Amino acid sequence: MSIEQKREPILKGRNLVKRYGKVVALDHCDFDLYPGEILAVIGDNGAGKSTLIKALSGAVTPDEGEVTLEGRQVHFHSPNDARHAGIETVYQQLAMSPALSIADNMFMGRELRKPGFRGKWLRQLDRLAMEQFARQKLNDLGLMTIQNINQAVETLSGGQRQGVAVARAAAFGSKVIILDEPTAALGVKESRRVLELILDVKSRGIPIILISHNMPHVFELADRIHVHRLGQRLCVIDPKNHSMSDAVAYMTGAKEPEDEFEAA
Amino acid sequence: MTDSDHYEASVREKRAETVAEFQDHRRSPLHRIQHALHVTPALVPLIVLLVSIIVFGLLLGSRFFSPFALTLILQQVQIVGIVAAAQSLVILTAGIDLSVGAIMVLSSVVMGQFTFRYGIPAPVAVACGLAVGTACGFLNGWLVSVMRLPPFIVTLGSWQIFLATNYLYSANETIRAQEIEAEAPILQFFGAKFEIGGAVFTVGVVFMIALIVLLGWVLRQTAWGRHVYAVGDDAEAAQLSGVNVKRTLVSVYMLSGLICAFAGWALIGRIGSVSPTSGYDANIESITAVVIGGISLFGGRGSIMGSLFGALIVGVFSLGLRLLGADAQWTYFFIGVLIIAAVAVDQWIRKVSA
Repeated sequence: MSIEQKREPILKGRNLVKRYGKVVALDHCDFDLYPGEILAVIGDNGAGKSTLIKALSGAVTPDEGEVTLEGRQVHFHSPNDARHAGIETVYQQLAMSPALSIADNMFMGRELRKPGFRGKWLRQLDRLAMEQFARQKLNDLGLMTIQNINQAVETLSGGQRQGVAVARAAAFGSKVIILDEPTAALGVKESRRVLELILDVKSRGIPIILISHNMPHVFELADRIHVHRLGQRLCVIDPKNHSMSDAVAYMTGAKEPEDEFEAA
Repeated sequence: MTDSDHYEASVREKRAETVAEFQDHRRSPLHRIQHALHVTPALVPLIVLLVSIIVFGLLLGSRFFSPFALTLILQQVQIVGIVAAAQSLVILTAGIDLSVGAIMVLSSVVMGQFTFRYGIPAPVAVACGLAVGTACGFLNGWLVSVMRLPPFIVTLGSWQIFLATNYLYSANETIRAQEIEAEAPILQFFGAKFEIGGAVFTVGVVFMIALIVLLGWVLRQTAWGRHVYAVGDDAEAAQLSGVNVKRTLVSVYMLSGLICAFAGWALIGRIGSVSPTSGYDANIESITAVVIGGISLFGGRGSIMGSLFGALIVGVFSLGLRLLGADAQWTYFFIGVLIIAAVAVDQWIRKVSA
């Protein structure tokens, strides 16, 4: 743990404040994500964890405080800003267009154009390159041997869709990947596959922020757990030294953390 | 070992089974048809079109099944076909444009009045008409995307506004065909005819087909086209994926307005004169063509080819039934049946995800 402290966080939030009218969703909140780790963020409903995530992924601009990525201060005004900086988010609602193909969805908003005249003047898409890239990325993650990359996303199962969303994030997220409730809507078998996928992405050295209500999944995957309560970081715990019921107790306020700020 | 452990272990070990996941294992003929329609939604209207041509051809013989009669259908549907192309774009974004007919007439009136009232050279007046159409589309698009008003309400309102502007500005005056022919023949450019072995084509017909082919290519082959589908499918998801939803919507409504203005130009070619009372039914006819053409009113699904087929189906039915001597109401009767059938098929295709 002392080694952790000496490392510089790749993504850092300090004194983040976000108010919605009279409601303070983020109350001088700090946040640290270290390179190569999976950091789980847990918290009761309404604790402000989604606001925190939105502040880090550019969907919300904090009223006060600063976010630094690799030591440089960043100001995200839209999810696209964060995306350009290398932070990819997999939203709970997946953000995919069901009627479009896997390849179309993976490249939505950052399509590749053909080289030369047809790309520059006719603005024609380079479908072949996009399909190859999409297939490659899905295979890289050991996801599925895709039979038909032009299949509409709506014909996939929930787990496969989640897989495509994670693959998209892994393909383009060069610095940080944020996963919001990746297993919330999935069955046991599909959850298992998505968890493996997350570990696969981690093994590539990309740090991951995982928001989840599922304690077994959190304790299985996370290197550290950020417990969010009343708009603040209550503590950061090591899943190896704490039980799930401890975590739930901190989260709901049933128990006060003792000396957990050391890990922060 | 508990059941779930066992289950998880089996999933871990049998990774090979995932290979099959993307294969379509539902191989019944009905599923194959469903899948084919899912991939090529214009297939249904194409089949209906071909079948209806064959049936009327058998019933009427050479009276119907001749180059002249078949190209007559093209001439009769050219205006609706062009307007339906504009309507298709808007409906693909899960919107609807009730003002297409009004934009068309207003643009044609601007082209005519600018030429004859102010003595502006006709080509410049045409350009002004096209600009007015685009501006009308921009107003719709701005209200829909930036003010976030429902497209149905926006265009219901702008329909009345554009139509009233059209009557007020033109003072209900018609510019006669002879005048246009003598002084500004370019206004009738889309009506110019040429014949190839009995088949009669007009510039308007060629324009309609070229426009649909071009739009079909753009929707399929460019990022903008993919964005149009994504916005119609799920605007919020498209936004989160990095699509500029507002800009896409505004561009769609502007393009729709521009196409309607071209339809206004073609309308002068078709009827010869510039009349503020013409083309009043283009709204409903274009929506009919789009729906029969298999484009989903809920957005994001369908191909623009379909709406050309939809317009042609209406044309085939009305000419065929007229030649059979049937009451004109039978045309409306069958169109009504086709609309309901088309929506039913759309709902069925959507079930592919279930």
